Amino acid sequence: MSSGLKRDRRILAGLATAIGMIPFLINNPYYLTVLNLSALNILTVCGLTLLIGYAGQISLGHAGFWALGAYGSALLSLKTGLNPWLTTALALGFTLAVSAGMGFTVLRLKGNYLVMATLAFNLAVYFFLVEAEELTGGPPGLPGIPPYTLGSLAFVTDLAAYYLIWPVVLITLFLTFNLVHSGEGRALRALASGEIAAACLGINPRRYKVLAFVLSAAYASLAGSLYAHYFSFISPKTFDIFFSVELVAMCLFGGKGSLWGAVLGAGLLTPLPHFLSIFDEYRDLIYGGLLMGVLIFFPDGLSGLMRKLYGRKAP
Amino acid sequence: MAEKRPKILKVENLSKNFGGVQALRGVSLNLRAGEILGLIGPNGAGKTTLINIVSGVVREDAGTIFFEEHLLNELSPWQRAALGLARTFQHIQIFAGLTVLENVMCGAHRLRKTGFWETFLRLPRAVAEEDECRRQALSILSELGLADKANLPAENLPYGEQKKVVIARALASRPRAILLDEPAGGLNEKETEELGEIILRLREKGLAILLVEHDLNLVMRICERVVVLNQGEVIAEGPPCEIQNDPRVLEAYLGK
Repeated sequence: MSSGLKRDRRILAGLATAIGMIPFLINNPYYLTVLNLSALNILTVCGLTLLIGYAGQISLGHAGFWALGAYGSALLSLKTGLNPWLTTALALGFTLAVSAGMGFTVLRLKGNYLVMATLAFNLAVYFFLVEAEELTGGPPGLPGIPPYTLGSLAFVTDLAAYYLIWPVVLITLFLTFNLVHSGEGRALRALASGEIAAACLGINPRRYKVLAFVLSAAYASLAGSLYAHYFSFISPKTFDIFFSVELVAMCLFGGKGSLWGAVLGAGLLTPLPHFLSIFDEYRDLIYGGLLMGVLIFFPDGLSGLMRKLYGRKAP
Repeated sequence: MAEKRPKILKVENLSKNFGGVQALRGVSLNLRAGEILGLIGPNGAGKTTLINIVSGVVREDAGTIFFEEHLLNELSPWQRAALGLARTFQHIQIFAGLTVLENVMCGAHRLRKTGFWETFLRLPRAVAEEDECRRQALSILSELGLADKANLPAENLPYGEQKKVVIARALASRPRAILLDEPAGGLNEKETEELGEIILRLREKGLAILLVEHDLNLVMRICERVVVLNQGEVIAEGPPCEIQNDPRVLEAYLGK
């Protein structure tokens, strides 16, 4: 096993232990809600890091994939009465098909056409959710989404959802670390570093870009489904283009060179606005200032800064 | 005796025009298994264009390229590399952000048999393959005297060592032919001599090597056969001793 994977697994074990204990120290449901939202964002940004940091492509439409996961699973379970676990998997399958279709067509073009395609996709999804009122409930939203259940246990409370969402996120992180510390992960990083040189080693640029894109869409879809069945209510506003931008900001703030950047970026930026609310109208100013400060002074984000401080090599 | 070895790379009538500049005009050449073929010529003769076309980075206007029994013309660069045709670049193209070892391990990409799911779930076959890949990469690095640099970020190495890393990277793919684009460019005398030894050792392993090089001493010392390009045309071909005294070659290099 490479030293990098060993190290990442150790840190992940530490994180999992801390996550497991937090509810024993904090029992304020509001904090648990914020932590659950952080976990869902970590899941999504983890996928985005694969796409942006490893494959070198940018997406401004991942809120759209959230929406596919959220509305897809919610509508299926509401209209057909199927089990939410099953509808989550079906929504995931649908997202895989949509993102693979987009990836194979758009990523054959050289240059960053994916940004435009995903932007358009996000807008299309958003307007569909708003306009197709009969199906989606329109702007007021879609209430009454059934929760996940396990036997007689329904994951309704913040605490129960916490112990559902975090394990899913930690397992996904575990698997994603497997991926980045393998030949697949190396091929992705080689591609981001130099496409022609990578191709001349037998690495198929299109396959790996599509792989990273599809995987990142799948993570977003999963996060969306978990979100819908946890809050039991969703509305189009959650999935607008600004959420996509926020996700990319989290990725860059945390540092796109490492999956830990996703954990740091989403883990810190999700709760930040909630804590900054004591500053009232200055909240956005401080949030934006902090974001800009980090990106100007530490272009490799927080994980890049930590690598510099501790002299670690990039995983 | 040399002519009995099979032709591994056959380039026939290759032409390329860059917006009015005829970079190659009907160039043909053969690379035989286990030989070092030198490709020389003044600046702008079309040497790098030829390598770029053979590796698929640039598309030809006319002509055919065969690698073993495969017609390469319609294949992408990655497909050509996957067949066992490796190349290096004049401007190194090291993967920054990856360690020296990881750079070399990237080279073994075409040999990988495990796919996405096996690596994602880290199944035993993927673990074994990864260990084997690391072992091979380390052995190539130690052969080139770089074993102690394995875990350094590749972009931090001095220029001469980076040039060796990209050769190691190409070798990790266990190619049957390798195209070296000015491997000695920017190296000092001692490093160039060492490079010559490395290339000779590769030939002993049965590798076919196309060496594009400006350092004529190196070419004359290690190549069995030399092709001279000038203004996109082959003007001479033969053993180094003949080439050196060919009047057309002297004219191309020195003028009339």
